[in-house]
Amino acid sequence: MDELLSDFLTETLEHIARLDDELVRLESKPDDPALLSSIFRLMHTIKGTSGFLGLARLESLAHASETVLGQLRDGHRAVDGGLVTLILRSLDRIRSLLASLEETGAEPGGEDRDLIGALEVCAAGAGAASSPAAALEPAAAEAAAPPPPASAGAEAVAKSGGVAAQSVRVHVDLLEKLMTGVSELVLTRNQLLQTLRAQKESAFAAPLQRLNQVVSELQEDVMRTRMQPIGNAWQALPRLIRDLASDLGKKIALEMHGAETELDKQVFELIKDPLTHMVRNSADHGIERPAERAALGKPETGRVVLEAFHEGGYVVIVLSDDGRGLDIERIRAKAIAQGLATEAETAGLAEAQLLQFIFRPGFSTAEKITAVSGRGVGMDVVRTNIERIGGTIDVRSRRGSGTTFIVRIPLTLAIVSALIVGAASERFAIPQLAVTELVQVGSDSSAEHRIEIINGAPLLRLRQRLLPVVVLRELLRLGAEEEANARHFVVVARVGAQDFGIMVDRVFDTEEIVVKPVAPVLRGLSMFSGNTILGDGSVIMILDPNGMGIAATRSADATGATGDEAGETGDAAAARTTSMLIFRAGDATPKAVPLSLVARIEEIALDSIERIESQRVIQYRGQLMPLVDFDGASSPPGKTQKILVFVDGAQCMGLCVDEILDIAEVAIDIKLGSAGGWRLGSTVIAGKAADLVDAGYFLTKALPGWFGQDKPETSGQGLWNLLLLDDSPFFRSVMMPLLESAGFNVTAVGDPRAALAMRERGASFDAIISDIEMPGMSGFEFVAEVKSDPRWAGIPVMALSSHSAPRDVDRGRGAGFDDYIVKSDRNSIVRKLTERLTLASSAA
Amino acid sequence: MSGARTSAPAAPANADQESQDYVTVLVGAQLFGIPVLQVQDVLGRQAITRVPLGPPAVAGALNLRGRIVTAIDTSACLGLRAADTAPAEATISIVVEHRGELYSLIVDQVGEVMPVDIASLEANPLTLDPSWRDISRGVHKLQERLMVVLDIAALLDRVVAIPA
Repeated sequence: MDELLSDFLTETLEHIARLDDELVRLESKPDDPALLSSIFRLMHTIKGTSGFLGLARLESLAHASETVLGQLRDGHRAVDGGLVTLILRSLDRIRSLLASLEETGAEPGGEDRDLIGALEVCAAGAGAASSPAAALEPAAAEAAAPPPPASAGAEAVAKSGGVAAQSVRVHVDLLEKLMTGVSELVLTRNQLLQTLRAQKESAFAAPLQRLNQVVSELQEDVMRTRMQPIGNAWQALPRLIRDLASDLGKKIALEMHGAETELDKQVFELIKDPLTHMVRNSADHGIERPAERAALGKPETGRVVLEAFHEGGYVVIVLSDDGRGLDIERIRAKAIAQGLATEAETAGLAEAQLLQFIFRPGFSTAEKITAVSGRGVGMDVVRTNIERIGGTIDVRSRRGSGTTFIVRIPLTLAIVSALIVGAASERFAIPQLAVTELVQVGSDSSAEHRIEIINGAPLLRLRQRLLPVVVLRELLRLGAEEEANARHFVVVARVGAQDFGIMVDRVFDTEEIVVKPVAPVLRGLSMFSGNTILGDGSVIMILDPNGMGIAATRSADATGATGDEAGETGDAAAARTTSMLIFRAGDATPKAVPLSLVARIEEIALDSIERIESQRVIQYRGQLMPLVDFDGASSPPGKTQKILVFVDGAQCMGLCVDEILDIAEVAIDIKLGSAGGWRLGSTVIAGKAADLVDAGYFLTKALPGWFGQDKPETSGQGLWNLLLLDDSPFFRSVMMPLLESAGFNVTAVGDPRAALAMRERGASFDAIISDIEMPGMSGFEFVAEVKSDPRWAGIPVMALSSHSAPRDVDRGRGAGFDDYIVKSDRNSIVRKLTERLTLASSAA
Repeated sequence: MSGARTSAPAAPANADQESQDYVTVLVGAQLFGIPVLQVQDVLGRQAITRVPLGPPAVAGALNLRGRIVTAIDTSACLGLRAADTAPAEATISIVVEHRGELYSLIVDQVGEVMPVDIASLEANPLTLDPSWRDISRGVHKLQERLMVVLDIAALLDRVVAIPA
């Protein structure tokens, strides 16, 4: 039966049961307004939902009942027994209609003139003294033995079975709890089995085997309760495609197969958005306009086909379109332009490999960015999301005849099979899904496989391929090896299309583990995806192949630069490149702003812009958002204006730009010093000079009281060690590049207590810049604290504030600040810092 | 434990009573008191799994009857010992709940549960080490020595706030 229909039946029967009860109560409490309106509402809902499903008989019956109930509720007539009887009869009829609906899947033919007529008489005679029951009697007598509906219905009611009675609504929390319970049970069983294995003969052997079996079955059943048909994630797609098609002037038919394919709720939630994004992409970029299609000899209506099925422990989702296909040459050119590969390299790559570039971060074309305006996601995000849940995504495309994406995702994430490995004295679990191979390596040349080293970077030669290797012991900084171990193992793991090796000291066995999230304190560690309890009762960390893969590529990328400290170099490399949004505004020079600062890209209609005094604003997501122009920008020729939306806390602002050009991974390397105004400096992006835009300039322009909220933290590197303390993440991301470009090694934190905690851990800095107004502990308290302890007392502390009244400056000096900088005066920040530090170092 | 969990407010003063029950613990040479209602469990020696790259105040994770509990190196957290010196031997620890998660605070010794006269509570002395001010809810003047009332929430918030 249709999912929708069975939901409707379950819900409506619940409502009817409540109505029965409440109507009976109404007879004894005829004046209870709460009861009356509850009854009215329930009937109204029944009317609404049946109308929605096109169930005409149900709807008209419910409608007639509702009318009468409405009069009762509004006090136009009094409740009497006859009336209640009439309503209850209608309920019975509704119930019998539902029963045959459940049986046949369709509303039975026939009509309910008898009841509706009586109800209408009732409604019309509101206030009149006529007894509704009397009006009903003859009709009811007829209805007692009506032709098809009631007889079929009566039987169905009698057997009281069917979908509605078979399904119970259960809160998701309860399911989660059940799953947790079963997980614990699985762990305990594993523990018992492990104990049993150590004993030759045991009286427990037989019952444990039985327990083992029961638990396995239970686990499977409970998992099934969490399953959802993937079709639920597809419900919004037909509408999306329809709207897109009409917006873009295309003709698109969406076909969906295998909507009933089930997958775990958790996986379901994670896959929903990427899938929607991909379908949108297909319709947007894949399918050509009707004229174009006709010219190519294709049918005018393009097809987007979505298909899902089970295969092994996976759900496979195939999305294909018969559009223009991916342009290999453009991808090649783009890859070269972005410095992802050289011309010679791309020449050697197969088409399939070239296609993989579309999943690289920042790899997109200008056209794409505008089309996904307001979303800020690309195929790299899709891939990351899919890989995060242990899935893979692959793409095939033929120029002119379409593109196919194949997504494979595991059925469930809750219980996975894992390989247990050892490094130093610790054990770790690696999910089997990511493991492709296990290789034993030796250090001497006689070994079949050995690790070779290029400038400190270990590499494994495996069947004509060279794989980057991460050494788990080093990656996790577990300390040096006590004794030279001649033999190691390399776990070959695959993340997406990338293979890499993880070198471990020992390999134990595989075990079914229940993935539990790590404690909040440890959430920031990208190397671990969770933790679990092993059969022997010990806690073990689960390695995240994605996090390790990133570390592997980084250490491979860093091979040319520095050899040692695989982990450290990796982190540093990540800190140095930033995703930049490149756009054009004002003059012809491309402008760049960190993508992390841009909340959304929007295209607004010019006529939606309003003015408040001289400020241009638009209504945006329920609030007024100020708009700012680039200096010297003219209004665009068309009817729309592209804007970049910046959000901090509850405030937002739109920056008008002419054109979005690209998104690129850029190492922030400022070539020219600060030029004032909105320009932080210049940099080179993809071989072209670009202005680095200081979003803060426009923010202060649009919202004078901008800086002053929230948390998190980041870090970078340079010459002087600088601690930047400010609770506004926005301000920190503005200041970081500025200070780093001036050669400072910046550590940014958002909370004075975190800063003091760093002191406890022995961190030291050449200077500290601190905000004044921060929640919890103010800058004044912070500086007093710093100066009261000999460890940091000698470090110059500069106050940073939006206030610059002399009184504030005096108070700051009194509290122990060495200098005072006004936030809006960013140029002087670097100057004052440099002066202060040069002074300090020459004095020392 | 999992059945009757108490997530008591920071310092539940026994409203009508004049005394408050504390579990007393020694961290280094300092005596601390933890309001008894906040203590879920006292654990003996436990196998602790290290968490590489984790924050210095986190000693690792341990299995408490099927729940994974984060073990906190209390003395490092209080600045009584540099975190990178020998890791704490988890000989004894106090299990507390904070924001829905269980933590086991490794201490050096656990004493008895002691009813303490509320009147003997003093505000933090001005000379108290500044880094302790936010984790201390005051000092009780016991007969033979002083007992610092440990603010569990503040202590654990501090662990969470330290960037890894």
